Amino acid sequence: MEKDSFKLGNKEFTSRFILGSGKYSVDLIKAAVNEAGAQIITCSVRRTNTQKHENILEYIPDNVTLLPNTSGARNAEEAVRIAHLARELGCGDFVKIEIMGDTKYLLPDNNETIKATEILAKEGYTVLPYMYPDLYAARALRDAGAAAVMPLASPIGSNRGLSTKEFIQILIDEIDLPIIVDAGIGKPSEAAAAMEMGATAIMSNTAIATAENIPLMASAFADAISAGRKAYLAGCGRVLERGAEASDPLLGFLR
Amino acid sequence: MQINGEQCTPDGKTVTEIIEERDLKKEMVAVELNEKILPKEQYDTYVPQDNDVIEIVQFMGGGCY
Repeated sequence: MEKDSFKLGNKEFTSRFILGSGKYSVDLIKAAVNEAGAQIITCSVRRTNTQKHENILEYIPDNVTLLPNTSGARNAEEAVRIAHLARELGCGDFVKIEIMGDTKYLLPDNNETIKATEILAKEGYTVLPYMYPDLYAARALRDAGAAAVMPLASPIGSNRGLSTKEFIQILIDEIDLPIIVDAGIGKPSEAAAAMEMGATAIMSNTAIATAENIPLMASAFADAISAGRKAYLAGCGRVLERGAEASDPLLGFLR
Repeated sequence: MQINGEQCTPDGKTVTEIIEERDLKKEMVAVELNEKILPKEQYDTYVPQDNDVIEIVQFMGGGCY
């Protein structure tokens, strides 16, 4: 197979696994990079007094692109502020917009996300908006200058899989941008299913972080994403609505 | 003035001194002064005043809580 890559902004990636942020540990970062081949790792921007002083950049290999998110933002204005701080931290101009007004379901606010995307894309950021998979919102994000859209599969951290499958398929079919399925993917089989549908990449954290064997699960995700991608490129066989069709010739039977 | 949400009294220290007294390095933080980014080259000279609101942030794991 020739090189199968995709572009976000001016960077090219061959790995279709992205490590989302959330439950972080050195083991998880190592597993994601070594076992799952992650080339993009998400991180957040926080006040320095909220956690012990450790510099996560020390754990992240140089060839990995850091994708700061705007988690904690409740509206576009706060997301823009966080993006400015993230760029000032000096790891490039990638930003994942994450805006949640709701703390129970942690669902992204598409309207505010569109506003923030427009502002930050104009300022030259490579904007990757996390969104609820709605066609009109995805079109607006594309028009606002998003470099990709990141629809959720299920609520964040839930491991409940592709509960928005049909709507993600609509985005894959209609939006001419990389579609990165983010949040809720719990098992490798679900990652494979999303890739088979034509998703560009999978972002995951909890599924691997909460597995009993983190490196083995990271490796399982890598295999599943690769299998799903190959199946998509191969073009899945047709499905019969009814009945059966012999796969062997119906000739020359012994009678 | 306020630093990372905590009230404190200005004591003539520069931003660099405030960062260092928190065991941080300039390279690993970004500073916001009254909701605007404070450029790194001003850390050595800017002395926060009364009513200033300062945020000192860094990258962390742990996005969605």
